[in-house]
Amino acid sequence: MTGTEPIGAHALVVEHLTKRFGPRVAFDDVSFTVGYGEVFGFLGPNGAGKTTTVRTLGTLIAPTSGTAIVAGLPLTPANGEAIRRKISIMPEVPGLYTRLTVAENLELVAGLYELADPAQRIAEALTAVSLADRADDTCGSLSKGLRQRVAIARALLNEPTVLFLDEPTAGLDPVAAREVHELIDDLRGRGVTIFLTTHRLEEAERLCDRVAILNTTLRMIGRPQELRAQLFSQTLAVRLRAPLAEPDRTLADLPAVDGWQATGDAGYQLTVSDPDVAAPGVAAPGVARALVAAGADVLSIAESRHSLEDVYLELVDEDVEGQR
Amino acid sequence: MMSISWRRVRTMVRKELRDLRRNRFILGTMAVAPVVFVAMPMVQIFTFNAASPSRGLSARIGLSLLYMLIIPSTIPSALAAYAIVGERDQGTLEALLITPIRREELLLGKALAVLLPTLVIAYAVFGVFFTAVAIFAAPAVASAVFETSHVLVPLLFTPLLAGWSIWAGIAISTRSSDVRVAQQLATFASLPPLVLAALMSFGVIKPSVGLALGLAAALLAIDVQGWRLAAAGLDRERLIAGGRR
Repeated sequence: MTGTEPIGAHALVVEHLTKRFGPRVAFDDVSFTVGYGEVFGFLGPNGAGKTTTVRTLGTLIAPTSGTAIVAGLPLTPANGEAIRRKISIMPEVPGLYTRLTVAENLELVAGLYELADPAQRIAEALTAVSLADRADDTCGSLSKGLRQRVAIARALLNEPTVLFLDEPTAGLDPVAAREVHELIDDLRGRGVTIFLTTHRLEEAERLCDRVAILNTTLRMIGRPQELRAQLFSQTLAVRLRAPLAEPDRTLADLPAVDGWQATGDAGYQLTVSDPDVAAPGVAAPGVARALVAAGADVLSIAESRHSLEDVYLELVDEDVEGQR
Repeated sequence: MMSISWRRVRTMVRKELRDLRRNRFILGTMAVAPVVFVAMPMVQIFTFNAASPSRGLSARIGLSLLYMLIIPSTIPSALAAYAIVGERDQGTLEALLITPIRREELLLGKALAVLLPTLVIAYAVFGVFFTAVAIFAAPAVASAVFETSHVLVPLLFTPLLAGWSIWAGIAISTRSSDVRVAQQLATFASLPPLVLAALMSFGVIKPSVGLALGLAAALLAIDVQGWRLAAAGLDRERLIAGGRR
């Protein structure tokens, strides 16, 4: 192996990667893989090491220990330039030259990547972010949202195998953030591998195939629904017209219900943990039938759905508690 | 042997010159400074009594040329000092460093973008000075000004002095975290060659063609080495991670 051939079926393979700045640990023993074409979310609180991880995988910072393969190339100093040719990073700060026009900013990057047909690539990238008509505007005259779009266009110029987006919607208003989401959706449609760091949990839940939660160490990784299932038991919220006369007996006999607690006069939260009927949607009809048979008037049965935010807060709170 | 992509270097030069051209404050400063530096030598030469001894004339011409050599020394120092720390200050450095550009190419592009306007300004000032002398100065004075050594020194030393200032400024810029500190240090760093030139002008060191050529060769070697040293000092991690190391 010369160190420059693509390796494996993953766009990113990270194994036991650690970065320390003197005594301070930026991230520790981080391992994960990202498949080609996947949108991978990287979540974590401020100072968790997300940006440092991106910079490390982007060859700007050398890891203290561990290994990684980025876009098929081992992460080594010798491969730095070759890796940078195959990836793009959109930093949290767009880093545009405000006195230069949009097109001039992109010309700079096209020249540094030595693209074969820079004018064509610039036109395509600007079209992709719907900014073809703003090519001659100076970047200083653009709104923050438009600057983010220019930065995304710049990151697309070299047609990267892996695109790192570091907090792409930070500081944007909801409309501008939605436009960036649509762009990311569009890139996913084109098969671009995206590594997305974000604070916005609804953004990660909406856009990402899988997410990892980092708080110096990797706390969890998986599909959002898998993370919810790992952390929270499935529950059903039941509302009846009147309280049950003998709730212990009635609820204990319900199919697939592992436990219960009262949530009001005539409200009950049922824990569903039988793996054979794991999903609340599967358990709910049986529960409804059993309650009706027991003489109860059922007003509603609903899943208690936990969001990715619940997962995130649960993990981060655990870390805070652990530090006390 | 280090391979350089001249396309990437040209790209950097073009971007720098575009950025410079649109910064009216810097352009204004660059335009005004030469006027100041050419006015004094003109006064020196045109107020000289042609009947005076030739030794006095030669010293005054030397002083005038020295005065004008301040241009290639000082004009590039502030711009060069801004090269890297300025990118960091305006938040554009990370986006630049994640491209495939090598540090030698980045710094060479930055250096050439400072050298080109410096040479244009400095040679324009010398051109104005020599043209004015040719047209308006007394024949004896003009003849003394156009001695080979007086013409050769500015031609030869202008790019070399600028090179010193540029590489010193860029080296400081790669290691500095504050634009103001970098520019102050770079101004000081641009002075040593001028001190040497001053000692020659005032006769402390006896000037000769051999000495001038030797100094030029030494400055050229220092300029080339300055590029390598500045490139070695550009550490992506330290620049991006800041003071966390």
